[in-house]
Amino acid sequence: MENLLQQIVNGLVVGSVYALVALGYTMVYGILGLINFAHGDVLMVGALVALQVATLLHKFWPGLHPLLILAISLGVAIPVCMLLGYVMERTAYRRLRNAPRLAPLITAIGVSFLLQTVAMIIWGRNYHSFPPLFPTIPLEPFPGVFITPVQVTILVASATLMVALIMLVNRTPLGRAMRATAENHRVASLMGVDTNKIISTTFILGSGLAAVAGVMHASNYGVAHYSMGFLPGLKAFTAAVLGGIGNLGGAMVGGIVLGLVETIGAGYIEQLSFGLLNSSYQDIFAFVILGIVLIFRPTGLLGERVSDRA
Amino acid sequence: MPTEQSAPILELQDVRIRYGQIEAVKGISLQLHRGELVCLIGANGAGKTSTLNAIAGTLPIASGELRYQGQSITTQPAHLRVRQGVALVPEGRGIFTRLTVEENLRMGAYTRHEKQAVEADLERVYSMLPRVKERLAQVAGTLSGGEQQMVAIGRALLSRPKLLLLDEPSMGLAPLIVEKIFEVVQTVVKEGVTILLVEQNANLALEFAQRGYVMDGGLITITGSGDELLRDPRVRSAYLGETEETP
Ligand SMILES: Nc1ncnc2c1ncn2[C@@H]1O[C@H](COP(=O)(O)OP(=O)(O)OP(=O)(O)O)[C@@H](O)[C@H]1O
Ligand SMILES: [Mg+2]
Repeated sequence: MENLLQQIVNGLVVGSVYALVALGYTMVYGILGLINFAHGDVLMVGALVALQVATLLHKFWPGLHPLLILAISLGVAIPVCMLLGYVMERTAYRRLRNAPRLAPLITAIGVSFLLQTVAMIIWGRNYHSFPPLFPTIPLEPFPGVFITPVQVTILVASATLMVALIMLVNRTPLGRAMRATAENHRVASLMGVDTNKIISTTFILGSGLAAVAGVMHASNYGVAHYSMGFLPGLKAFTAAVLGGIGNLGGAMVGGIVLGLVETIGAGYIEQLSFGLLNSSYQDIFAFVILGIVLIFRPTGLLGERVSDRA
Repeated sequence: MPTEQSAPILELQDVRIRYGQIEAVKGISLQLHRGELVCLIGANGAGKTSTLNAIAGTLPIASGELRYQGQSITTQPAHLRVRQGVALVPEGRGIFTRLTVEENLRMGAYTRHEKQAVEADLERVYSMLPRVKERLAQVAGTLSGGEQQMVAIGRALLSRPKLLLLDEPSMGLAPLIVEKIFEVVQTVVKEGVTILLVEQNANLALEFAQRGYVMDGGLITITGSGDELLRDPRVRSAYLGETEETP
């Protein structure tokens, strides 16, 4: 029982990171009908920039409080990723707005390779250990169930960010304009909406969330490297599809469900596969889910409408 | 009749519009004067929608010039034209189906920041269109066609237009609702808004309009006052179906 509870805690933590990344996929898809496969690499850039900043701070201000280091690292990583998201859209995707659907998709894969290569040139091929920015003593909320301060922070921060995003999208004029643009660019522009600005804003918001997710991911696992964005990116995409791509609530639900299935599944994978696989195969779950959803419910859990752009 | 010497609020000079190789509008010129209700009629595919979209700025023109309030707006993007007072109620209504009715209306006021004036205008739209008021919280995609058209018109009014472009507002609607829509159109004209109205229902439109243009195959073929066009035998046989005279 403690075992299951423990896996639920871990699953929620992993799942909320997926959810933050999935939001970026789903927002961009909602507004442009584009799967931005480079989105996972924005997470990687966020993590490595934060790591770089933290390392420099350690070196030049050895006594600095870890939480201050965290705040400064995030304070640099978030705007860097936002700028990256903006530049990506401006330079790579905007000119393909009216191109056949395959063109931006291939471009997105190209951007992903580009980001990884540049990161590899800057930070090398090695795994960097991510500095522990939190006290490492785990809490024990229930006997036998442990949760680290990092994990608590991840849960609280992602919940806060998700609520903030939902409020922004549903309650503010900017959010209303985003939803209107997602539904119909042409009519939105007739309302006076500068749809290019709205699309830029969407990329900027999604990239900011990915930066936070990158720092969370790296803090949770303690490492960062140039290709670390690939797997969480793919899983977050799966989460977005699972929840119904284009649907914000869906991305959150999809991320959490995927995180839970993955961690709980990892605990039982040996029994499930009759001893053939062990828990290091836990990544399999994401792709099995992706396959099943695409075959049986391509609109996802919360996607009631088949997208007219797909 | 508007005086000829007053500068036109809108002027099209030899405007051509192309879709790839196809030339949909082949050089048209027209003028609208402040406060006029002018209608544009013509068969399917004549180029009426293309013309309105070009005026609103969602469709580029291949050559010619668009002048609004004395200035060229030929290359100005649509979202900036709204700020200057050009509003289009597009063909097919263009409702944001996933937004609520109230959100749709508020989108109309997107460019405006005077809060109180916007609230007052919302109230005015509600009083003009009471059926809309009953459905503010409803998702707009679930409205009937007539209700959607009312929302589309109300939304356009919330931008406080000086020039209102209406693309077949009566399309597919029951006579009672069409009547209601024309009532609203007249109210708006009385308030001094200039209107360019595209209508299939030429009889009704010409009755209210001061002037009209007839388009055919991308060209303006006939123009005159509403009464003149109503009496014109070419218009009568082509667009008024001769027999079905409505009072
Ligand atoms: N997106 C498009 N691509 C190619 N051709 C188009 C496009 N839109 C319109 N056309 C063509 O341009 C011409 C004019 O179309 P337009 O929609 O302006 O006519 P209309 O007068 O509004 O017709 P209707 O009364 O049917 O609404 C038509 O021949 C049409 O086929
Ligand atoms: Mg038309």
